[in-house]
Amino acid sequence: MTEKKKTGIKIIPSKNPMPLQDHKLRASNFDEVALGYDYETAVAEASRCLQCKNAPCSRGCPVEIDIPEFLRLAALGNFKAAISKIKEKNTLPGVCGRVCPQESQCEKDCTLGIKHQPVSIGRVERFCADFELADKEDKITNKLIPPSSGYKVAIVGSGPAGLTCAADLAKEGHRVTVFEALHVAGGVLMYGIPEFRLPKGIVEAEVKNVVDLGVEIELNSVVGRLVTIDQLLDEEGYNAVFIGTGAGLPYFMGIPGENLCGVYSANEFLTRTNLMKAYLFPQWDTPIKIGKRVVVLGGGNVAMDAARTALRLGAEESIIVYRRSEKELPARAEEVEHAYEEGVKFYYLTNPVKLLGDEDGIVSGMECLKYELGEPDATGRRSPIAVKGSEHIIEADTIVVAIGQGPNELVPMTTKGLETNKKGNIIADPETGATSRPGVFAGGDVVTGAATVILAMGAGKLGAKSIHEYLLNSKIDKPLGREGN
Amino acid sequence: MYKIIEKQIFSEVTKLLSVYAPKIAKSCRPGQFVMIRIDEKGERIPLTIADFDPEKGTISLVFQEIGKSTQQLGALEQGEFIKDVAGPLGHPTHIFDSGTVILVGGGVGVAPIYPIAREFKKAGCNVIGIIGARNKELLFWEEKMSAACNSLYITTDDGSYVRKGFVTDVMKELIEEIGKENIALIMAIGPQPMMRACCNLSKGYEIRTLVSLNALMVDGTGMCGCCRVSVGGSTKFVCVDGPEFDGHQVDWLELYRRSTYFCDEEKSAKDIYNSEKGNHACGCGGIQ
Ligand SMILES: Cc1cc2nc3c(=O)[nH]c(=O)nc-3n(C[C@H](O)[C@H](O)[C@H](O)COP(=O)(O)OP(=O)(O)OC[C@H]3O[C@@H](n4cnc5c(N)ncnc54)[C@H](O)[C@@H]3O)c2cc1C
Ligand SMILES: Cc1cc2nc3c(=O)[nH]c(=O)nc-3n(C[C@H](O)[C@H](O)[C@H](O)COP(=O)(O)OP(=O)(O)OC[C@H]3O[C@@H](n4cnc5c(N)ncnc54)[C@H](O)[C@@H]3O)c2cc1C
Ligand code: FES
Repeated sequence: MTEKKKTGIKIIPSKNPMPLQDHKLRASNFDEVALGYDYETAVAEASRCLQCKNAPCSRGCPVEIDIPEFLRLAALGNFKAAISKIKEKNTLPGVCGRVCPQESQCEKDCTLGIKHQPVSIGRVERFCADFELADKEDKITNKLIPPSSGYKVAIVGSGPAGLTCAADLAKEGHRVTVFEALHVAGGVLMYGIPEFRLPKGIVEAEVKNVVDLGVEIELNSVVGRLVTIDQLLDEEGYNAVFIGTGAGLPYFMGIPGENLCGVYSANEFLTRTNLMKAYLFPQWDTPIKIGKRVVVLGGGNVAMDAARTALRLGAEESIIVYRRSEKELPARAEEVEHAYEEGVKFYYLTNPVKLLGDEDGIVSGMECLKYELGEPDATGRRSPIAVKGSEHIIEADTIVVAIGQGPNELVPMTTKGLETNKKGNIIADPETGATSRPGVFAGGDVVTGAATVILAMGAGKLGAKSIHEYLLNSKIDKPLGREGN
Repeated sequence: MYKIIEKQIFSEVTKLLSVYAPKIAKSCRPGQFVMIRIDEKGERIPLTIADFDPEKGTISLVFQEIGKSTQQLGALEQGEFIKDVAGPLGHPTHIFDSGTVILVGGGVGVAPIYPIAREFKKAGCNVIGIIGARNKELLFWEEKMSAACNSLYITTDDGSYVRKGFVTDVMKELIEEIGKENIALIMAIGPQPMMRACCNLSKGYEIRTLVSLNALMVDGTGMCGCCRVSVGGSTKFVCVDGPEFDGHQVDWLELYRRSTYFCDEEKSAKDIYNSEKGNHACGCGGIQ
């Protein structure tokens, strides 16, 4: 066992707890829930690392951060060196430290975790990132921009996939332009994940770090409408394109009543609140309307975010209605726990068949069925079976549909020779990110369907590596000349 | 930031801004729209591209001041800036040589119908235009429309200019006169009640009728579903599937309800805006 080899290292069995904002207070404000470690706690937590030579943690990380090394540096209190180590692989550490599902990645394989609690890698990562962001005097960004390679690359979408790909390519000296449809960069990090889980200031600061590498971001640029990928390649002199447009299309259930007033997709509900700051209406112009009793349909992170947001917007009751049982909830355990603490209620094994409205077309409730779990299906999840005669009505003033998102079809629709699968996801080689169209690569949610920030970043990294190789191997003309400009 | 190159005042509540947005001006086609955000705290609102000049790099937006955002927009002057303009969005109008088309613009809807008329005429169609407004004051672009159509009819609700009545009155007479089999297409753009009335009329004659729907929007890129509307019994997103739809298939009541859902909030925003500006909500500038 690793412990034996490392005699002399003291085993500290438990994680240092994360200080949280009081659960009663926090359910009525949008300030961050998890307050973050202080200096001493971060050092103490980093010191728990056993420094295993085989680093199982790093192998569990989709972007392969050298975790033992950054923890070693952090344990010495050398957070500047620690963040530099992280940034060799991860462009968005402040984001990842907050929203990554570490329990199923790096921390899952932590040696300490076999008998005790794993090192809280994410919390230390977050501290390192915040430490750097707070240190305005002495920024440790990788400002060393290498000489220009002469190649131009276009990135479509500024979510974690696009930003990571952009940063990695810029570090190789390629001239990178990111085209983003919205008025801010960051993708779901800005419009989806709420302020109380991921402060927008953190995202903005990390996006700025990418811009500091020489990456240009063109906002308000809807690729497929303002310019097509064909035009970028054939007319505007780009040598390669990476598509990271995410899974932004909200799914509805296809049951009667879904277009009643007061029924929102989770995307609309969260976009109004996060991106457009409806919780500050009327100082900010975008309104949101919320009833006393809010029902959220779904059981993933998105549903948890919507239900917790509803409380903060003033709902008296916020209820998650999920068709399977608690065990099958796809959301991260921590998010479910936080939702419970804040007072979100859960109705399991329940699903609506019809949404009901009043005479003015405003939603008033839904007709539901109770479900039982059957045998596990192909994916190993037990599928719900409706119980006969279990019809009942759940009242609601607002209903948020959070049952998933798919890819927007605009880019595939307007790009020649770009293949998609039945669900509309772009088909990309898992080894390289290459699509059916030469010179066009893709990654993130648009390829995998809705997944995670870090998987999108991993795909962005892979795309950057493949694009770099593609440019060097494919003797194409350099639009910017040999030295570039 | 997008600079306002020119401002024209059509009436107290109807204004035109010509905005420098060269990429949009180059890529847009009639029927498409933009999402604008005036400043950092602004909401994203959709406005149709009423005209565009790829050479000058400008697009024209014509709007009616009905709430806070459009009032604030109307207060901007030449040389000032709009923070965000994203587009062109939505499908362009499908324009082809289809014989005789009737294009109806009501109120501020005259603006978006204009480039469509121009292109249909260019494509070789016989373009009949009908434009209407509540009164003479509110009518604009008569000359431009005259040039873009083979024949143009005008109505005002109060009879203060040309013919008293509604656009549908003229439409009915024209259909009777020309014969429904000789009309390939009707397009109606304007306030919901006007589009609905046009559709009710043309439905009886079974003439294909397109309308440009003005649903509420948040992003305008297909990401939120706020703009959804039932067309022929299935749900469509106006921003990406439209904005033009077969008007005979549209669930107008649902559209109306959904577009007025935030009325109370919008009204309070407008009242606060006007009291901060020292204006009376009536738009009198605080004189009365
Ligand atoms: C509410 C919510 C909570 C979540 N919570 C977590 C969490 O806690 N942890 C976690 O790991 N993951 C979480 N996720 C999932 C995670 O956010 C996504 O998997 C990740 O953001 C995907 O990254 P991406 O770069 O592929 O796409 P996105 O983040 O979706 O970014 C795509 C970008 O492309 C832009 N775009 C789209 N089309 C065009 C076009 N035609 N032209 C130009 N730009 C375009 C979009 O506007 C967007 O900015 C959550 C998702 C949601 C919605
Ligand atoms: C694709 C599209 C193109 C458009 N093009 C134009 C255009 O070229 N010129 C123009 O003047 N307007 C256009 N509109 C409508 C325009 O977007 C709204 O008038 C604007 O958003 C109002 O913002 P506001 O803050 O000033 O008013 P708000 O305060 O938002 O609204 C004031 C009142 O009007 C109602 N209202 C707001 N928006 C709509 C709507 N879309 N339909 C029905 N009632 C509504 C509200 O419920 C409220 O009662 C278009 C809409 C769409 C969807
Ligand atoms: S406005 Fe958001 S999907 Fe149409």
